[in-house]
Amino acid sequence: MTNENQSLVQKSVPLYPAKTKMQVTIIFFVVLGIYAFSMFWTQKEMVNGFGGALGNMYVVIEKFFPPNLSILPAIWNAMMQTIQMAIIATTVAAILTVPLAVLSAQNITTFKPLYVLTRTFLNLLRTIPDLVLAVIFVGLFGVGVFPGILALTIFSLGILAKLISETIESVDMNPLEAMRASGGNVFQVIWYALVPQVLPQFTSLVLYVFEINIRASVVLGLVGAGGIGLVLNQQLKFYNYPNAMTVILVIFAVVLIIEYISNKIREALI
Amino acid sequence: MENLQLPPKPEKSLFKKIRAIFITLLVIAMYVWTFVGIDIDWGRAIERSISNFHRVVPKLFSPDWAAAGDVGLAMLETVFIAFAGSLMAAVLAVPLSFLAAQNMMGGKVVSTIGKWILSAIRAFPDLILAILFVVAVGPNAFAGVLAIAIGSTGMLGKMFSEIIESIDMDVVQAMEANGANKIQILFYGVIPQITPEFLSYAIYRFEVDIRASSILGIVGAGGIGTMIVFASSNRNWNEMGMILLAIIIVVTVIDFASARIRRKIV
Amino acid sequence: MIEFKDVGLVYPNGTEGLKNINVKINEGEFVVIVGLSGAGKSTFIRSINRLVTPTSGSLLVDGEDILNYHSGNLRKLRTKVGMIFQNYNLVKRSNVFKNVLAGRLGHTGTLRSILNLYSKEDKSLAYESLNRVNIAEKLYNRADELSGGQQQRVSIARVLTQKPKYILADEPVASLDPPTSHQVMTYLKKINKEDKITTIVNLHFIDMAMEYADRIIGMRAGEVVFDGPASEVTEKTFEEIYGRSIREDDLRGGADES
Repeated sequence: MTNENQSLVQKSVPLYPAKTKMQVTIIFFVVLGIYAFSMFWTQKEMVNGFGGALGNMYVVIEKFFPPNLSILPAIWNAMMQTIQMAIIATTVAAILTVPLAVLSAQNITTFKPLYVLTRTFLNLLRTIPDLVLAVIFVGLFGVGVFPGILALTIFSLGILAKLISETIESVDMNPLEAMRASGGNVFQVIWYALVPQVLPQFTSLVLYVFEINIRASVVLGLVGAGGIGLVLNQQLKFYNYPNAMTVILVIFAVVLIIEYISNKIREALI
Repeated sequence: MENLQLPPKPEKSLFKKIRAIFITLLVIAMYVWTFVGIDIDWGRAIERSISNFHRVVPKLFSPDWAAAGDVGLAMLETVFIAFAGSLMAAVLAVPLSFLAAQNMMGGKVVSTIGKWILSAIRAFPDLILAILFVVAVGPNAFAGVLAIAIGSTGMLGKMFSEIIESIDMDVVQAMEANGANKIQILFYGVIPQITPEFLSYAIYRFEVDIRASSILGIVGAGGIGTMIVFASSNRNWNEMGMILLAIIIVVTVIDFASARIRRKIV
Repeated sequence: MIEFKDVGLVYPNGTEGLKNINVKINEGEFVVIVGLSGAGKSTFIRSINRLVTPTSGSLLVDGEDILNYHSGNLRKLRTKVGMIFQNYNLVKRSNVFKNVLAGRLGHTGTLRSILNLYSKEDKSLAYESLNRVNIAEKLYNRADELSGGQQQRVSIARVLTQKPKYILADEPVASLDPPTSHQVMTYLKKINKEDKITTIVNLHFIDMAMEYADRIIGMRAGEVVFDGPASEVTEKTFEEIYGRSIREDDLRGGADES
């Protein structure tokens, strides 16, 4: 025994077990390998390589600046349209999300097949990118705000329902048990014991999704689904970069302002 | 007992009352403004949808298998864009997050500046970044990588700084008391506490970036988005069905794998 | 009257919660169930309002077997049986008054309760209940602003508002300090005597059981091992129920402080 101990000391005990060290090293090199390959793949179409790209940055600044601020009044309406689209989509999604979130919360929906069904549906919904939804709806309803609102609604519904069902799953179940014990039916139990617990987070998450929708509605305009993105797309098509830069700056400002407001509301809530 | 009177509700302060009325009016005004301002041509939307329905919807559900090869390749490129972009972001976000965390750099001024930088980056939608980078490096996948990298840096930096702010500072104090210097504290007191969460968020960000990078092609930044634009302008809904299928499968697989890995890490 | 006839309960994972229980609880009695944790006290009590469902035997409440009740008459049963919990189970973000009014849920239609349209009688009943446990001044406070003892009194008021025939209390004082524990038990006892509400309380404190109970039922490993009037109970009886000698932490103490 003593002999073995001594030899251990002489070998110097490693800080981590050899197996962990080995695993971490392998994972590190695999990740690095995929990274190197990704970089190679994504750069293979580039004419001048990475160095040339950096040089181009200066060209970008020259092309985009100074922004043409004289078009501000002209894009005002489109920006307002984007906000209105986001408001409608967020409101509709917030209403539709309630039954879906309850049905996909494991602690409320004890009937397992129903829970699994709603969960799967929501997971599927969340895999579809907003752009694809917009393209399909534009194909279906023609160019305009309506397909945009529809795409935003469905896109945000997937996110919101998942986040809220997770909130529901983390509530304190004791009050629900008490309401059930005093003879409340399912709706009364939900209204009296669940809703008060979830309401602050619900509002906060709806605001969060509203922010996401503002950003996403920029994307939608690019495929003809209304709003500021439409204007941006036109300017880019005509290579009118100073105008495009103004649009970008307006979007930037609006996103910052809305994020600021919704942060303030959220702080007041919790 | 029947005639028992309830005590009056405690009076709310005048300020609170005014505030409640003000907020209610504001919300009502917002909705009036929205619904009056929005211009939906219902007649046309319904008419179009009736005439287009059979041309679009059934085809989405019968994907064009002949395009499977091209779609697969484009999807692979999307995954590469997301991978390279999120890894770059994960590395870039670390120093920025230390800058923005209040309990690290000491001064409140520094952390406020750090937070401002991060939220300024976040205010640019990924697609806008992609537009800028396409102009800079040309219409190729690398523009997408850069857009994802910068966009994710903003979000990851914020998440990381919140993790740093939530660590157990007692450990750090104990090490200070031991006589450890700043670098030693960083490696022995801080990094072990934050590594699992950092990794978990970075992997989660990869999930988000897969979704984000699948649309960048619309402005020429590579990946499957390019095919989405072609398919939609050619009204090739069978191909769109194939693209949709590819996205759903890849996103689901990656979500699933990432959830498992994250559960193992934390 | 509540009557357990050969009641047994096996949980889905195979553990036996209750074994062959035969107990009859008479109108107006104040019964305390004692036993170590895991002895089946909680399962026993929760069977009566069917928060858990026994798997064999029959359980009669007012002469009807409640084990084959379904949603409709289950609600009626629960309206008749009030329950008090160890963790008070109040909605923390709602105010005291709303929490107490929730006791009327079983008597109120879904739509009316969701729109908060309670009758004047219901409201004065709720207020009166709060008065009876001396906490009416906290009417409009949020539940999470109250101390543990105050919250438990609110939950007693909630049960009173329900106008139950039976009250079940599952470890009502386990989270409280000794003086508050005695206060809560005193209220329960007072309500039992004044309103003639049959009350069944789970406790694991021996001294409290002896002080407040009319009748004590001892449980061990899902079985009833003792059943008799509190006057017949001695420390020896408890040693038999617990299967070990009595320790300091089996006593709540503090009786003279309250």
